[in-house]
Amino acid sequence: MTWHHSKSQSQDLNSMMLQESSSVGQRETLSSKNQKYFLEEPEAPSLFPISVLDKSVMVSFRVGLKSSIMVRKSDALNGGSKSSLPPVNQPSSQSDLSSLSKHFSFRTLKLKTKQQELLIRVTILGLVYILAFITRLFSVLRYESMIHEFDPYFNYRTTLYLTEKGFYEFWNWFDSESWYPLGRIIGGTLYPGLMVTAAVIYWALKFLRFAVHIREVCVLTAPFFASNTTIVAYFFGKELWDSGAGLVAAALIAICPGYISRSVAGSYDNEGVAIFALLLTFYLFVKAVNTGSLAWSLASAFGYFYMVSAWGGYVFIINLLPLYVLVLLITGRYSMRLYVAYNCMYIVGMLLAMQIRFVGFQHVQSGEHMAAMGVFFLIQVFYFLDWVKHMLNDSKLFQAFLRIGVTCALGVGVVALGVGTASGYISPWTGRFYSLLDPTYAKDHIPIIASVSEHQPTAWSSFMFDFHILLFLFPAGLYFCFQQLSDATIFIVMYGLTSMYFAGVMVRLILVATPAVCLISAIAVSATLKNLTQLVRVESKPAHTVLAKGMNSTKSLSKQQASLDESASFLKKGAMVLLLGAYYLLSRYAIHCTWVTSEAYSSPSIVLAARGAHGQRVIFDDYREAYFWLQQNTPSDAKVMSWWDYGYQITAMGNRTVIVDNNTWNNTHIATVGRAMSSYEDEAYEIMRSLDVDYVLVVFGGVTGYSSDDINKFLWMVRIGGGVFPVIKEPDYLVNGEYRVDKGAAPKMYKLSYYRFGELTTEYGKPPGYDRARGVEIGNKDVKLEYLEEAFTTSNWIVRIYKVKPPSNRWEIYMDLVDESDGDYGYDCGAIQLDQATGNYKL
Amino acid sequence: MEVFEARSRSTLILSLLVFFSLSFRSSSSLSSSSSELQILSAERRIDLASHIIRVVLSLKVQNDGEFPASNVLLAFPPPQAKHLSLIQAAELTGKKKKKSLQPLDVKPSDHADGPNGAKFFSISLRNPLSTGGSVSIEVSYILTQSLEPFPVEISQSEPQLVLYRDGALILSPYTIKQQTTVIRTPTTKVESFTRVEPTTQMRTELKYGPYQDQPPFSYAPILVHFENNNPFAVVEELVREIEISHWGYLQITEHYKLVHNGARHKGGFSRVEYQSRPSISGVSSFKHLLAKLPPRVHSVYYRDNIGNISTSHLRTSYSKSELEIEPRYPLLGGWKATFVIGYVLPLQDFLFESDDGKRYLNFSFGCPIAETVVNKITNKVVLPEGSKNPFAVVPFSVERHAETSYSYLDIVGRPVVVLEKENVVPEHNSHFQVYYDFHLMFMLAEPLMLTSVFFFLFVAAVAYLHMDISIRK
Repeated sequence: MTWHHSKSQSQDLNSMMLQESSSVGQRETLSSKNQKYFLEEPEAPSLFPISVLDKSVMVSFRVGLKSSIMVRKSDALNGGSKSSLPPVNQPSSQSDLSSLSKHFSFRTLKLKTKQQELLIRVTILGLVYILAFITRLFSVLRYESMIHEFDPYFNYRTTLYLTEKGFYEFWNWFDSESWYPLGRIIGGTLYPGLMVTAAVIYWALKFLRFAVHIREVCVLTAPFFASNTTIVAYFFGKELWDSGAGLVAAALIAICPGYISRSVAGSYDNEGVAIFALLLTFYLFVKAVNTGSLAWSLASAFGYFYMVSAWGGYVFIINLLPLYVLVLLITGRYSMRLYVAYNCMYIVGMLLAMQIRFVGFQHVQSGEHMAAMGVFFLIQVFYFLDWVKHMLNDSKLFQAFLRIGVTCALGVGVVALGVGTASGYISPWTGRFYSLLDPTYAKDHIPIIASVSEHQPTAWSSFMFDFHILLFLFPAGLYFCFQQLSDATIFIVMYGLTSMYFAGVMVRLILVATPAVCLISAIAVSATLKNLTQLVRVESKPAHTVLAKGMNSTKSLSKQQASLDESASFLKKGAMVLLLGAYYLLSRYAIHCTWVTSEAYSSPSIVLAARGAHGQRVIFDDYREAYFWLQQNTPSDAKVMSWWDYGYQITAMGNRTVIVDNNTWNNTHIATVGRAMSSYEDEAYEIMRSLDVDYVLVVFGGVTGYSSDDINKFLWMVRIGGGVFPVIKEPDYLVNGEYRVDKGAAPKMYKLSYYRFGELTTEYGKPPGYDRARGVEIGNKDVKLEYLEEAFTTSNWIVRIYKVKPPSNRWEIYMDLVDESDGDYGYDCGAIQLDQATGNYKL
Repeated sequence: MEVFEARSRSTLILSLLVFFSLSFRSSSSLSSSSSELQILSAERRIDLASHIIRVVLSLKVQNDGEFPASNVLLAFPPPQAKHLSLIQAAELTGKKKKKSLQPLDVKPSDHADGPNGAKFFSISLRNPLSTGGSVSIEVSYILTQSLEPFPVEISQSEPQLVLYRDGALILSPYTIKQQTTVIRTPTTKVESFTRVEPTTQMRTELKYGPYQDQPPFSYAPILVHFENNNPFAVVEELVREIEISHWGYLQITEHYKLVHNGARHKGGFSRVEYQSRPSISGVSSFKHLLAKLPPRVHSVYYRDNIGNISTSHLRTSYSKSELEIEPRYPLLGGWKATFVIGYVLPLQDFLFESDDGKRYLNFSFGCPIAETVVNKITNKVVLPEGSKNPFAVVPFSVERHAETSYSYLDIVGRPVVVLEKENVVPEHNSHFQVYYDFHLMFMLAEPLMLTSVFFFLFVAAVAYLHMDISIRK
């Protein structure tokens, strides 16, 4: 009886039918009828029971045509529903009271249908909630309760600061430990939503005397919000389609790998709470559009505020919503509900969003937010025209007015935009935004964006990996949505299509597409399953009744029935097969998701695990070894230079000042480091001296075969460095257009990675100095360092730290400089460039 | 005695100069004091095998005065007194075969300081020593941080050499008829040592003496320069939290700040050298530490503030548990590591009920890691919520105060008995007791709180489902 409906009419009908008919079979048939009706009219307004009943009669008639018994049943339904009209209009409190008394009398423990349905629904939701949480705990089981990857370490560090120093200090935090010597204004350059959320949870737990560490709170924040997302998905699905679709959506999104990849325990990143906020905002907005309620719209604005505070991806919302409104306007679905929902949401949401310092006045000044403002004015024009039309009551006059009005409005809009852009009041689109619209843009213009692996265009395999069967259910769901177009389904279709496009542009935006894909797939699954189960159950019962009533029936009728029975049983068998197939597919999905979660998405990437020769688990904990060494055994004001990937980790775990980190706000600074990394040692030494560098940290996978090390990232350092300093040219580092480590020139990177590596035998049967990550024997085994000395190398050589020697003697350096400038023409150029680049830093 | 103030100066020449000047001074102050007691024979054995210096002093004391003596004084030069971690004394009774030791009380004496700031400790005899009588006393004491690395900084390929300073003669307020001092070094590699004839070197033993008829406060400083590659593991601060739960377990959390206190590491650290030539590279460094935990230990963890440290091994047996821990990186001279060890023990092994109905915890005081010096230890015994009248019984002097801590679902907080002590060595690992009153009703408070919260939650849910609070009819 799980398909029973929550809509009040259907329950009332059901309960009435229950009283009228004694046979269970009849009851189920009837309820499936009602359900059929709701399937066709998902968001029937609850205020008009009569029209609903009329429609249901019609529907049941159509279904009933299939067989005479069905006709009889629908007749019965007609009669029943008609006779039940007065009780429907009766105040419902009476029936509530009676049910209450029934319940409290404890005469029978059997629950009413409504209660059964509620119980099952709540149980399923509860299980999904728990499932979503525990499936994300694989990382804790496989590894430990720790923060993962790169950005989460920054978030963890700031959260720690927030809980220790309080909100005011946090908001005004100037961090001198990163971007040395520039520093970073943390409070003004981050989305505080995540940190504040974790801190509030922590303070609440502390208030309730739960002695938890802030790290545990941070680790479990993402799974907790993933669980909450399932609840939002349920309500969203219910709003879009019905509660069945909501349940399926909750179940699908709970284990969807596309979402899990960013929300496993320990993945303490903005996306963890942002997807919850995104879906919540969308749900509340759709609810507001459906109801035209100011309250829902306001709630949606607050959801938007939370989203803005949590993640830069809010730009997607502020562009999708106007696009949606525009589409509704174009398709002639403009209504007062839409007007109320959008205006309230936009204005309040915008005002709230301005409270976030990092966002500030972007809503009125940035090109990326102009679409929302344009649509806001457009909807006012629409309303105004509507009003004029109403007042004029003359179509000709109105046509003329419309022409003038629209031309004027468009003209004013274009002029305003032009003036704003030209005067610089409205900032142009940023590179990141361009790179979303044009996938090749970043590759040509912004190497720093293109260098990040999660910004690459998505491969088909990763779609398959992250969505599995949802990839096939998605089009099916779109079909169902188009079949029953409503304001809500138009929204989900638009959300699905746009986010799928963005998912194709960037790997990491698969995350944004995941909720839409899950919801649309859930509609497909739910609608299909419902149709199939209906077939199975509807056909079986009449057959049963036929057997029971067979004695009374005439011969001709029984013949007709026999042929009908045949087709019905065939249908039923087909439906059974299809149901089993659906069950098989869904179970494959569950298995796939669990496998992906446990094998692929639970690695913290700080700790590396591998299988040893005897199948035992080998753990490479080199990163933490190095960072902890830095923390404990270097002066507390030491500056560490590394490629920017490791910046956040060094500040969070090593507690040392870094030159650049993952924030990447200053391209020149990163390019300077890239240049130092790709220069000869003496040139690099000059750069490092100018940046006060004490230690240099490089990551090297040649011993363990760890492939994402600095040598494999090296070309990006060259490209990013070359983007600012033209003296760095990519072809200089290539041999015949190929990037090799076994021969050729020896830039600094090679030296630091391969220092004394030539003495080490990494693999049995290979010559010493065999690089396992690249599978070659290195060319230059006798690496000598002049200005640096090895300070620390971790046990598996993954992280190597070098100390920058203090200048030994001024005369010597001067001599070196003279020598170099005599011999090397390029150096002079470089020196001038360097002064220009670093002139700012020399205070 | 300026020689001890010159400790920090690292040049040999300077210290030798001071040493000469000092030997003159000490010979000039021979007749400073006299006493009724005299020491017939004294033998001192100094063990320099690790960085914890263990000294055993056997004295035979005779009373030559007119009155019975109840105290025997021991004198220590000020730097030794500062680094003196533990001192114990016992009286040797019985004949050769039936020797037995009777522990004696040793206290810092309230006597005025001796010449050049010498500090006194007084041993209380069991029976006052009558005129003419004699008694054999065995004194053992432990000195920490008295080995001074020289050279102060070494590179990875060098062995660690240390200096030990002491006197060839035993410092005493009494005349010593006959005395010898034996110094045992960890290896035969002794760079140099001061000769105060007669002095002999037998493999790892240096023997000073026998010296006859030395007047009170005789002093002849000596300096031994030798190789000592044993781990100089010093815990700068150790905080142990011992939390009692009457639900049947004892949760111990130990926060360590470990440092290699030997010669500081100089220059680069070469991993390839360290991995391929362990016998000559970084010989004074250490990779492992061994912690001896009580038997039946479980839920052991070993982590630091950035996460779990995966390199540890636990071996449990019926009588003891051994936890071998490996810091994230090998500790070379001067390198530090902070970490936390936690474990859970069954309560019935440690909590007992005394005759007067009080409960008491019986637990070991010191640091479970073998051969480490703890500069400052803080033992925090967290008693269950609702405990009353706690007091601690510790076999040595400690600083104590009380705190309140809050843990899961606490309302009034848990009383904490804090015991602090400085300069702790493994010999301090004796048991101490914390007595307190506790009523079992307090155990049920938290479960009752939880169940009532859930109960009200469900009642609220039921009420909500059965109430129609909508305005619309």
